[in-house]
Amino acid sequence: MEKVLMKGNEALAEAAIRAGCKCFFGYPITPQTELSEYLSKQMPKRGGVFLQAESEVAAINMVLGAAATGTRVMTSSSSPGVSLKSEGISYIAGSDVPAVIINVQRGGPGLGGIQPSQADYWQATKGLGHGDFHLIVLAPSSVQEVVDLVSRAFDLGDQYRVPVMLLSDGLLGQMMEPVSFPEITAKEVDKSDWAANGTKMARKHHIVNSLYIEANDLEDIVKERYARYAVIEAEESDAEAYQTEDADIVVVAYGATSRVVKSAVNKARAEGIKVGMLRPITLWPFPKKQLCAACENAKAVLTVEMSMGQMVDDVKLALECKKPVSFFGRTGGVIPTPAEVYAEIVKLNGGAK
Amino acid sequence: MAVVFERPHALCDVRLHYCAGCTHGIIHRLVCEVIDEMGIEGETVGVCPVGCSVFAYNYFNCDMIEAPHGRAPAVATGVKRARPDLNVFTYQGDGDLAAIGTAETVHAATRGENIVVIFVNNTTYGMTGGQMAPTTLPGQVTTTTPYGRDPKANGYPIRVCEMLSTLTGTAYAVRTAVDTVPHIRETKKAIRKAFENQKAGKGFSIVEVLSTCPSNWGMTPKESIKRLQEECMPYYPLGVYKDIDAEGGETK
Repeated sequence: MEKVLMKGNEALAEAAIRAGCKCFFGYPITPQTELSEYLSKQMPKRGGVFLQAESEVAAINMVLGAAATGTRVMTSSSSPGVSLKSEGISYIAGSDVPAVIINVQRGGPGLGGIQPSQADYWQATKGLGHGDFHLIVLAPSSVQEVVDLVSRAFDLGDQYRVPVMLLSDGLLGQMMEPVSFPEITAKEVDKSDWAANGTKMARKHHIVNSLYIEANDLEDIVKERYARYAVIEAEESDAEAYQTEDADIVVVAYGATSRVVKSAVNKARAEGIKVGMLRPITLWPFPKKQLCAACENAKAVLTVEMSMGQMVDDVKLALECKKPVSFFGRTGGVIPTPAEVYAEIVKLNGGAK
Repeated sequence: MAVVFERPHALCDVRLHYCAGCTHGIIHRLVCEVIDEMGIEGETVGVCPVGCSVFAYNYFNCDMIEAPHGRAPAVATGVKRARPDLNVFTYQGDGDLAAIGTAETVHAATRGENIVVIFVNNTTYGMTGGQMAPTTLPGQVTTTTPYGRDPKANGYPIRVCEMLSTLTGTAYAVRTAVDTVPHIRETKKAIRKAFENQKAGKGFSIVEVLSTCPSNWGMTPKESIKRLQEECMPYYPLGVYKDIDAEGGETK
């Protein structure tokens, strides 16, 4: 298949169009802006809608409106902008409409910085708005995987009627890599039983809503949603295991960080240290089974993140504290180096082989 | 026998939750009569706000979407951009539209978003129990201005139609009331024109309807109408503030 050299953000935008995204609503913010710019050029030529909203808040509510009609829709932002979107994301989840939300993470908190970061893990997996709900969170680690996961994000959203976040970062967004665009057949999902797209005087009106004034009604609705979440946890969790079969040490890392970790693992392996890597591809649902399997014979587990340590909580929970879990991270936009991660691996190994 | 009065088809056959003497019921009915008369119910999507009309999705027979507080024009934008073939209207109160939703309102208007906004102004936050709204009149007592709204501390009420009429994207901005039969007829005409504008692709149309809130004003329905006429109308004069169809498209 033909490969082209593309920036992560632009490849993501192209992949979204190919996945059948018909509407994009966004607001400029570094380091995701190329994504919007690409769509502003391409959407009008390819039968789609591009609209720059007056704010992130408005953009996510435009997403809610378009999603309610059963249209494939996406928005993208970076960390501070995603915080603004959290209100709308909660309503989208509470209204059971599918939508894809991109976060090209940068350093925080506050205005933070514009360099790559993974400090929004907690926000994405645990706290993207008020109320009992989850998003499916997908974490690519290469420009090619960005492309591959975009269509999966749309399909999963449609299938389960949930918002899906693609958690990218400034590194994946800004770097260029060769990428191919496989033929995509978007999953056909029938939305005729809920979409608010006109009754045609042929059915009862559809109401897209998250308000249930009776406590018992609201509890029932939330429980129904959690039954769907249970299916998602059982069916959709995903991870890549790299050289974990005989590993004494397992390093857990996702996204761009996993690229750094892989280099360190290769270097340590070359020196005879039995080390492997487990890379979560779905952050929610967290790949507990895959992690436990990878760590079955491990003596030590190391989590590496571009944050002060957020995913490490899920690693400990999944392993039920049966294995010693340590953490190494850089934050604020600093990218850990292979040498730093290698040094941590050597430390856990009790010195070089 | 000839039927001289019946419930519009677009209005669901349910009991509305509005307080006695509140004019939401009249305004709902007018919107529904227009939808019926234009024969557009099957191709119409309504967006309801947070506020007194939060349950409006149970009252309109067309497809309905509930928006977060203030965001109805953004939600409506999403619907209209995704499906330009649908008629889209929002139904919002003054707290929703002119405070928390000011940005969404102004930008939907300036984009010339081809939607209809029905704006019910009763100078208070009704659903939460009568707090100061962006439209609360100077001196008006509310639960959060217990000594009366003091412009020095709380600023001045916003005149929405006047403000939006300055925007090129606004096609039609009109303020009406439903205190008398002639005013009710004018309101219906304005709502009809707003929906016709959308059909014709003319852009953003807003119909502001001055309304009463007997419960939170602490008045009988009759006293409320009197207050509407004597206190609200002088501050919020009725009339057409912008109409691109009028000669030169002049603003008032």
